[in-house]
Amino acid sequence: MGMTITEKILARSAGKPRVNPGENVWLAVDVLMTHDVCGPPTFQIWKAEFGDQARIWDKNKVVIFPDHYVFTADPHARRNIRFLDEVAETYRLPHYYAAGSERYKGVCHIALAEEGFNVPGSVVIGTDSHTCSAGAFGLFATGVGNTDAAFILGTGKIWEKVPHSLKFRFEGEMPVYLTAKDLILKILGDLTTNGATYCAMEFAGSAISQLNIDERMTLTNMAIEAGAMSGIMAVDEITRQYLTARGVTEFEEFTSDPDASYRATFTYQVEELEPAVAKPSSPDRHAPVREVAGTEVTRCYLGSCTGGKLSDFVNAARILKGKKVKVPTFAVPATTTIARQLNTVQVDGQSVQEILLEAGCVVAPASCAACLGGPVDTVGRAVDDDVVISTTNRNFPGRMGSKKSQVYLASPLTVAAAAVSGKISDPRDWL
Amino acid sequence: MDEIIVGKVYVLDDHIDTDQIIPAAHLVYSLSDPQEAQKYGQFALSGVPPEKAGLPGGKVPFVPPGETRSPFSVIIAGENFGCGSSREHAPFALQKAGVRVVIAASYARIFYRNAVDGGFLIPLESKEKIVPYFKTGDSVEVRIKENRLYRRADGAEFELKSPGDVLPIIQAGGLFAYARRSGLIKS
Ligand code: SF4
Repeated sequence: MGMTITEKILARSAGKPRVNPGENVWLAVDVLMTHDVCGPPTFQIWKAEFGDQARIWDKNKVVIFPDHYVFTADPHARRNIRFLDEVAETYRLPHYYAAGSERYKGVCHIALAEEGFNVPGSVVIGTDSHTCSAGAFGLFATGVGNTDAAFILGTGKIWEKVPHSLKFRFEGEMPVYLTAKDLILKILGDLTTNGATYCAMEFAGSAISQLNIDERMTLTNMAIEAGAMSGIMAVDEITRQYLTARGVTEFEEFTSDPDASYRATFTYQVEELEPAVAKPSSPDRHAPVREVAGTEVTRCYLGSCTGGKLSDFVNAARILKGKKVKVPTFAVPATTTIARQLNTVQVDGQSVQEILLEAGCVVAPASCAACLGGPVDTVGRAVDDDVVISTTNRNFPGRMGSKKSQVYLASPLTVAAAAVSGKISDPRDWL
Repeated sequence: MDEIIVGKVYVLDDHIDTDQIIPAAHLVYSLSDPQEAQKYGQFALSGVPPEKAGLPGGKVPFVPPGETRSPFSVIIAGENFGCGSSREHAPFALQKAGVRVVIAASYARIFYRNAVDGGFLIPLESKEKIVPYFKTGDSVEVRIKENRLYRRADGAEFELKSPGDVLPIIQAGGLFAYARRSGLIKS
């Protein structure tokens, strides 16, 4: 019996010739990533548990991005950031991207990719549920809590149950009005929020190989929304080019064997899919946009690790160009690198930044911002009974702020179409 | 680990996500400062919409206003308990409020790991969907070794799934205790 790409990577990490789904294995971790919400408790647990013996197993493998609560006056949030500043200084951590410094990056999952930490074939563990995003690079990535992270910090090890794999094939030619967000929302509608619990979601097919890295990360990012442990796709020329540009040239590429076993395989023809939303208040409440078209919105949001990447803003700009938004619209780039790129990358001869500003969007500095609500002074946070349409990944009750608000999830194209019309609209009418 | 846990149940629906267990705005409090950590108890389950808070009727505050401890030490819930973010603050908040065991039809992976590895509470799975058979306030007895749940009023008995190879970590009281016990890390 062959192995899936996930089983091969886990076998390598566990130092075994093969692993089988359901089996518990100890993995050697290649990268441990954390941020300002879970970093401080992780270091506190590590210190308390290891005491005087506390040593970081490998400083080169620890990567820290303050990103969640960066632009807020909230005293507790400020304290978390100060705590990380001190930890990084005390232990001389080489991969700390301090808020307020030249090195500040923003949203961890995208920063991890941009800084070249996503090395194919490796095991990436992060204290954030969307750590699965990194699977877009042909590696195993999953989220854990603070105790697991503290254990890794001291030992470099984690136990994991080897997941069963589910395969998702997307075939055909991606239409211009369709994005990776529409694909993953479709999967979530079919699978529900626990349809992939403890599974690895593997993406393949001719449509996937047309997607750039930004779009691929949208798919793997939202694997957790189906309860999956990880999302993954094999490395190809697009991955290699992205990595080479960031100085990552040495890595091991794994692929699934033709006779590998899957719990289930789903096949979609992309030409048959249409722009979609997830209705309030769960990411699996899939509906084609045309079914909810006309619903009035009070706020639009472009941002987060799912919807705040360069390609997402380019997509939004395709619709926003030369138009004005009808409702307050927030654009929050995931990272400082993307924020800079908005000034240089153009759509029809105009920079994306100019298009956003001329349309009347509020462009805020890179961070998680209102993706998870956050302290009351967070930019873009949903208030009262706001009806929001957003490119983020979660719309659970209260996720973006007010418990009374309603959040629709959609692609950047669909959000931009709503911004210029004031109501949910099919992006095909605006392209 | 106590083999028998007795307490009052708080009944919840499917898909109780971590934003409902502890809303994101509260994640800023210290987990290690004992005084401040009480806040997590105070706001535990405060994100559950009122009509779903304490089934079947709803509108039962999990923690009485202004207090930090809940009168309910056992939670009975449906599918996918703890879905959403990776925040360990979620099982921590439940523990601070006084929860000792959760019995759900199923769990989201990260919540389950956190509960077990942090030793915050004991997550058990019911064999069948049991939510319809309980109302908030029922007294129950959980026998961990026997994988059984009893309703005290009438002695009704419900079967639980065995935690399998995770049991040693639960029994040790968390990942670090387990690792020391088994020699994985030196104490
Ligand atoms: S952008 Fe949103 S989903 Fe992504 S890491 Fe930040 S809070 Fe989490």
